[in-house]
Amino acid sequence: MTDTAWIDAALTSARPQAVGALLRYFRNLDTAEEAFQNACLRALKSWPQNGPPRDPAAWLIMVGRNVAIDEVRRNRKQEPLPEDEAISDLDDAEDALAERLDGSHYRDDILRLLFICCHPDLPATQQIALALRIVSGLTVKQIARAFLVSEAAMEQRITRAKARVADADVPFETPGAVERTERLSAVAAMIYLIFNEGYSASGDTAEIRAPLCEEAIRLARLLLRLFQSEPEIMGLTALLMLQHARALARFDADGAVILLDDQDRSLWNQKMITEGLALIDKAMRHRRSGPYQIQAAIAALHARAAEPDDTDWKQIDLLYGALEVLQPSPVVTLNRAVAVSKVRGPEAALEMIEPLASRLSNYFHFFGVRGAFLMQLGRNEEARVAFDRAIALANTSAEAAHIRMHLDRLMRDSQPRGAKAGK
Amino acid sequence: MLYAILCYHDEDTVGSWTKEQDAAVMKKLAVVQDKLAKEGRLGPVARLLPTTAATTLRKDDPPLVIDGPYAETKEQLLGFYVVDCNNLDDALDVARDLAAANPGGAYEIRPVGVLNPGRVAT
Repeated sequence: MTDTAWIDAALTSARPQAVGALLRYFRNLDTAEEAFQNACLRALKSWPQNGPPRDPAAWLIMVGRNVAIDEVRRNRKQEPLPEDEAISDLDDAEDALAERLDGSHYRDDILRLLFICCHPDLPATQQIALALRIVSGLTVKQIARAFLVSEAAMEQRITRAKARVADADVPFETPGAVERTERLSAVAAMIYLIFNEGYSASGDTAEIRAPLCEEAIRLARLLLRLFQSEPEIMGLTALLMLQHARALARFDADGAVILLDDQDRSLWNQKMITEGLALIDKAMRHRRSGPYQIQAAIAALHARAAEPDDTDWKQIDLLYGALEVLQPSPVVTLNRAVAVSKVRGPEAALEMIEPLASRLSNYFHFFGVRGAFLMQLGRNEEARVAFDRAIALANTSAEAAHIRMHLDRLMRDSQPRGAKAGK
Repeated sequence: MLYAILCYHDEDTVGSWTKEQDAAVMKKLAVVQDKLAKEGRLGPVARLLPTTAATTLRKDDPPLVIDGPYAETKEQLLGFYVVDCNNLDDALDVARDLAAANPGGAYEIRPVGVLNPGRVAT
């Protein structure tokens, strides 16, 4: 690996810790960010010559802090300068920092940073934009691209988020135990949102939005490192990995959706699956179930099946049942019905989703699934009506194309027998 | 004499490598490994999953299971096993059996991502 590639990776991995510590000093997001940028510039100059420091994060924090303080001093030329050793005595700073970083402070710094991004005053769109900018260090351009908005619009979103944080009078002290637990679920939800932004992209945008999935996984890992015994965070990390492992198999060359049953399983990322399975295994030991763990367990059952027919649908049905109890939602029931159709047949599944009709009357997947069940039952005319409705509700061209495929099959199947045989 | 070479690195940094960077490093390592393998000198090589996947069994009485890697500094690494297990519970059972035979200290249980069993000419 070249020097610059190594340095890039080191800067990226040190970022949350370094920006978190700088934020603790300066109590201002912009100042902390700028200090980190300046430190990175110095690192790019210094590290290739002097070799990488033993602790890149500590180096960046120390340099970032000193550069920022020097800047403040330069801007206040008129005022008497403070004593030198009081501010930027490098030896002192290094000792103090080394000591601090050995302790648990870095954990609190990163946590505070994540908590600020998930401030309850911020709408979800601003939370994820801020986290991607501040914690992950993606450029505004990269984030704008991933969210398919203009750079100016994204810049404005992030500026607004920062202004709200500044107005909100965020406490910079170490978060207490109660706050930690409360905000933890907000951070987990924010990470899951980032993931879904990437995961729910359609075929034509999947590639440019994929970095969102990778970034979410990195953030989940970071969070898991801070909360090593939290089964839901293990579940979240496992869930993201098990889903993202299928990324290469999810769309065909034209960008149309390929359903799980039809995916080329040799394209699944086995390395990611192994890690996801290990994490869910670890989480289950705690016997403290939660929505992320259950969803991860479902994804794990899919990942374990070498062929679609090997899928343990019975277990998946049970897991969706458990999820329905914890997190009742018509969408969960709809997903459960797919498992039920495999275990008990399409009739039972159809019966299960009929009561959802009014609540899901504008939901694309409801009509897609309903059409599929009807088609399996040979009720082709009703299936066609459901598929037509699904196409009208499709969110992406890939979704519409997928349903059209079903419709084409219906057309073929409903041709007279003689015509079919002559094909 | 057989020597074990234990690999230490900053996990965050290695985790931040892109797939291409990771593959490039692996390719360079393979050159070194292949040479050793041809000479019949390369024993097992394992790449472990990240420490987030680790569990630690403190060999107290009764043994205590803790999430996360072994983080103390007062004990030293003295050896390791590679055991085929169905799941983590299975692996912990093995570790408990070992702990009963040799109390004190701890076992860190870490899933193996990649294993090349290797072969040392005798």
